[in-house]
Amino acid sequence: MWTGLAGAALACTAYDHQSVLDPVGPQATSTRQLFYFMMAVAVIVYVMVVGALLLIIRNRRTAVDDPQSPAREASAERTIKIAVAIVVPVLFVFLLYDFAVARVVGRMPEGSMLTIDVTGHQWWWEVTYEDPIPHNIFHTANEIHIPVGRPVRIKLASHDVIHSFWVPNLSGKKDLIPGHADDIMIRADQPGIYRGQCAEFCGLEHAKMAMLVVAESPDAFTRWVELQRQPAQVPVDSVAVAGRRVFESGSCAMCHTIASTQAAATVGPNLTHVAGRMTLAAGTLQNSRGNLAGWILDPQTIKPGAKMPANALAPAELQALLAYLETLK
Amino acid sequence: MIGSRTRSIGVLSLVALFIMAPAGCKDEKREFREMPPAGSPIGAVRESELQPGPSVVAESTKSPYGNNAYALSEGKRLYNQMNCSGCHFQGGGGIGPPLMDDDWIYGSDPSQIFTTIMEGRPNGMPSFRGKLSNQQVWQLVAYVRSLSGLEGTSVSSAREDHMYVSPDLQLRSPQTPKNTNTPSK
Amino acid sequence: MTARPLGEEITLPPAIDEADRARLHATWEPVTGFMGWLKSVNHKSVGKRYICTALVFFLLGGLEAAAMRAQLARPDNTLIGPDLYNQIFTMHGSTMMFLFAVPIMTAIGIYLVPLMIGTRNVAFPRLNALGFWMYLFGGIFLYTFFFMNTGPDAGWFNYVPLSGPQYGMGKRVDVWAQMVTFTEISALVAALEMVVTIFKMRAPGMTWGRLPLLVWAQLVTAVMVMFAMSSVATASIMLGADRLIATQFFNPAEGGDVLLWQHLFWFFGHPEVYIIFIPALGMVSQIVTTFSRRPVFGYPAMVAALVATGTVGFGLWVHHMFSTSVHQLGQSYFTAASTMISIPTGVQIFCWIATLWLGRPVWRTPLLFVVGFLVVFMIGGLSGVMLASVPFDVQATDTYFVVAHLHYVLLGGAILPLIGAFYYWYPKVTGRMMSERLGLWNFWLLFVGVNVTFFPMHILGLRGMTRRIYTYPQFMGWGTLNLISTIGAVIIVAGMAVFAVNLFVSLKRGALAGANPWGADTLEWATSSPPPPYNFVNIPVITSREGIWAYGEEIPVMTGLKTDRPETLITTTMTTQPLYKHELPAPTLAPLGMAIVIGGLLTAGIFTPWGLPLGSLVVIIPFYFWGWPDKKEHERNLREERERRGEAAAA
Repeated sequence: MWTGLAGAALACTAYDHQSVLDPVGPQATSTRQLFYFMMAVAVIVYVMVVGALLLIIRNRRTAVDDPQSPAREASAERTIKIAVAIVVPVLFVFLLYDFAVARVVGRMPEGSMLTIDVTGHQWWWEVTYEDPIPHNIFHTANEIHIPVGRPVRIKLASHDVIHSFWVPNLSGKKDLIPGHADDIMIRADQPGIYRGQCAEFCGLEHAKMAMLVVAESPDAFTRWVELQRQPAQVPVDSVAVAGRRVFESGSCAMCHTIASTQAAATVGPNLTHVAGRMTLAAGTLQNSRGNLAGWILDPQTIKPGAKMPANALAPAELQALLAYLETLK
Repeated sequence: MIGSRTRSIGVLSLVALFIMAPAGCKDEKREFREMPPAGSPIGAVRESELQPGPSVVAESTKSPYGNNAYALSEGKRLYNQMNCSGCHFQGGGGIGPPLMDDDWIYGSDPSQIFTTIMEGRPNGMPSFRGKLSNQQVWQLVAYVRSLSGLEGTSVSSAREDHMYVSPDLQLRSPQTPKNTNTPSK
Repeated sequence: MTARPLGEEITLPPAIDEADRARLHATWEPVTGFMGWLKSVNHKSVGKRYICTALVFFLLGGLEAAAMRAQLARPDNTLIGPDLYNQIFTMHGSTMMFLFAVPIMTAIGIYLVPLMIGTRNVAFPRLNALGFWMYLFGGIFLYTFFFMNTGPDAGWFNYVPLSGPQYGMGKRVDVWAQMVTFTEISALVAALEMVVTIFKMRAPGMTWGRLPLLVWAQLVTAVMVMFAMSSVATASIMLGADRLIATQFFNPAEGGDVLLWQHLFWFFGHPEVYIIFIPALGMVSQIVTTFSRRPVFGYPAMVAALVATGTVGFGLWVHHMFSTSVHQLGQSYFTAASTMISIPTGVQIFCWIATLWLGRPVWRTPLLFVVGFLVVFMIGGLSGVMLASVPFDVQATDTYFVVAHLHYVLLGGAILPLIGAFYYWYPKVTGRMMSERLGLWNFWLLFVGVNVTFFPMHILGLRGMTRRIYTYPQFMGWGTLNLISTIGAVIIVAGMAVFAVNLFVSLKRGALAGANPWGADTLEWATSSPPPPYNFVNIPVITSREGIWAYGEEIPVMTGLKTDRPETLITTTMTTQPLYKHELPAPTLAPLGMAIVIGGLLTAGIFTPWGLPLGSLVVIIPFYFWGWPDKKEHERNLREERERRGEAAAA
């Protein structure tokens, strides 16, 4: 029930359809075209073959023809040969078209490519924005922002088991395989929020390992990057200050990092700018105070099997902690 | 149509199944919810086996996760992520004492190990009270005991997916804890 | 060619006399009662057991599917939690693939092929029995552990590292790996039987060009099994070793490779689906022949298509791995092969349609299921060709689009023909006809159910629903289609229930079937229904591809096999000339004993590495009983040899 309410709240967020048939990038677009071509050919072939079958069923011959008449045999042979002679070149054309699309999908038009590292964990996405200047590298989790119209290379790695990065509106999937380095190139040609989901069975909460790719105008993207590069906001309000103490001295700091505080563990997602994210727990909950409270107190009800333990916090401590986390924009 | 012979075979198998079922259930149960508080020792836990007067065999508590595969796996994960391996390495010891031998300075009983982790000990063992939940500490207790083969060897994993640094947990012969009634050197 | 009208009896060759017939019965079924049942090495008993066991596993796999559909019917459903759901979908896949689909196709071959080629048993009857017991014990092994909360939970394909020692906690994956060992021994044994029996024990005159298409299909399948099962056996042993004795096959940190598992598994996994599909094609050919009242059009093309499908089927496996880091150029090869394999199957479909057009179709239930097969399978086949394309596949793989595809080809391409085959051969196995009316209900419920359940899944996959998820959020908008799917599943359950009712009720109340109620052309219809333990009183002789349709009132036979010992005829491979008379072994408990010992050692093997070496020593005991000559047989041979020498000395 908890998850149902949380989910309903999340429905209010304006997402674009997580769908193969709603492409906003060049790969997904050419793939959809290929799909329509294949559907057309498939439907035609199916209608012809099943149509022939149904016609035969309909015309039950009661006349006492000799089933072995050479003329009918020859006619059948001719028809089959023609059918095969049509099917084989059609398949060949399909192959050539497919290889052409594969070339498009495998490349990306020139342009200054943004590089993002995504590391899959059970059951969240660790995201690092690379930069030649080390000071500008920052970490976040489960939410990726990209500028519209600019190609992005996402380097994929896995911390534990095989995961798969899939944002259907943008491109096909690519697996995150331990021991193998691979990457995927995407480009969003329209602004929007595109939801993706892990697409390789990775354990107990494979169902709840989603990510959001937010495509925004280059200016908005630059502003977001600048914000992410800042260390955590220093709390001013006394309740928030108390909350930071709860975070640093309690169990939170055992797993999470908030940059420029004493919490620097890398077991769980980086929370430096957690208040600026739209979702919690890898797309499972909308980011709201109530949901955050529920997640901190009892994650196992929402996502049973998740590596985050329950936290028994006194009400005052919880409120302080929430107040602090809400300042981390 | 099902012959009486086939029927009786079927009934016998079902009965056998139901008898055997509870055994496997515990070993493979994935316990996600927090352990009930009753499972965690409140109050003093005996730290020494020595007693004045006639010697009484101390009753040992049972580790709630003794043979539980999930708990042992979580214990191993926590052992590395909470940096137990920073001092105890993979059981061989270094800055901290080894955990895979038979020498237990503060006792090998599950409740004693629980107290060690929760409260810390003199000479460098930090206290994890308020940092780890009771369930996580019990998972660590089970894992630590498995390092010397005291339990869980039948459901432990043979290796991790990392560099191979310590011998197969499943093949460890149990290191019976030394008699701590006599003071160590 | 005179195809017999439906229901017209043929005259079986007269027995030598009643006493000889009784002697044949006693020779071929020497032990009766419970011990006889346990000791039996008759291919028909073994085949029937296989079929009954497979149907039980079909039921269990279906219950697992029903549980999954119940959980997925609504978003955010809390009927089944993630741990149990992961076990259930893994059990569903493993049961259906390893414990139902392959064994039942094998079983039909074991039952029918000796009858169809005119011989009396398979080449190695005791080995055949061992295969069955290994299969039964493997299934019991898996389900016993499942009921003890130790069912495998990493998918039927068990990708490492999720199934590896670190992330696959406990014994669950070890149970899967060992179940594979059980069933793969069973499958390899059956494949060996099939190949040797078909090569060496055909009736005189049944040359390769006259072999029924079902027998061709079983042969191709058997060869495929031998290559494919070896791969999964290797993979499962490597996985078991990694988990139990810390080998590093799949550990990248120590020089292993995670993708190695995928290659080894799918090298088996893709041929596996053809191993399930090709026998069904053979059954379709037989049904089409009988109910069109003429042989299938284009026999050489049909045989070539079977062989081509079986061969090319080994070159497709990477299409399950298109989203991994396999190089793009390599992927293109597999796209081409995956597209190409539709051609032989297409040729077969065209030939069947031509046969129906050229013949005079008689509409009974088996033919109805064949039509259902064509309509349903083609959808799956076409979606399969779509999935051959890499760019589309990386969008659709691991989504419900693939679930839709695989169920269309398996349910349409294997199950519908299988049920049609049940309706067709039930009279032969039991001596009674199944109800046509119930058959009609059965067919339409299944046909509608399959389409209602699985067609929406194409759309769900394209709308982003990934596989193997135990729940999904409400706002994704997948709820309606999932609910429709679940309703379809209920319809499928109803259809299967009608099938089960038909199977049981017809045993008591079905119309009595004679030897050849359908007026068919293959040799199994030239003996009584059900066949006697010795199959044929005398070995029939074949003179054309049309089987018994080429004969009038009587069928020519070859006489000369003794009736006081279980003898059969071995013929040459290419020309089927009689080569020598071969005595088959007597029934014995040794295969059962061997299976118990091997089962024990494999079960111990998941807990300790000593299980294998120590258990192998114990296996020597049943080996002894298996191979030791039968006392009566030995004395008889000695006596006859002395008589022969006595005659030679006297002469």
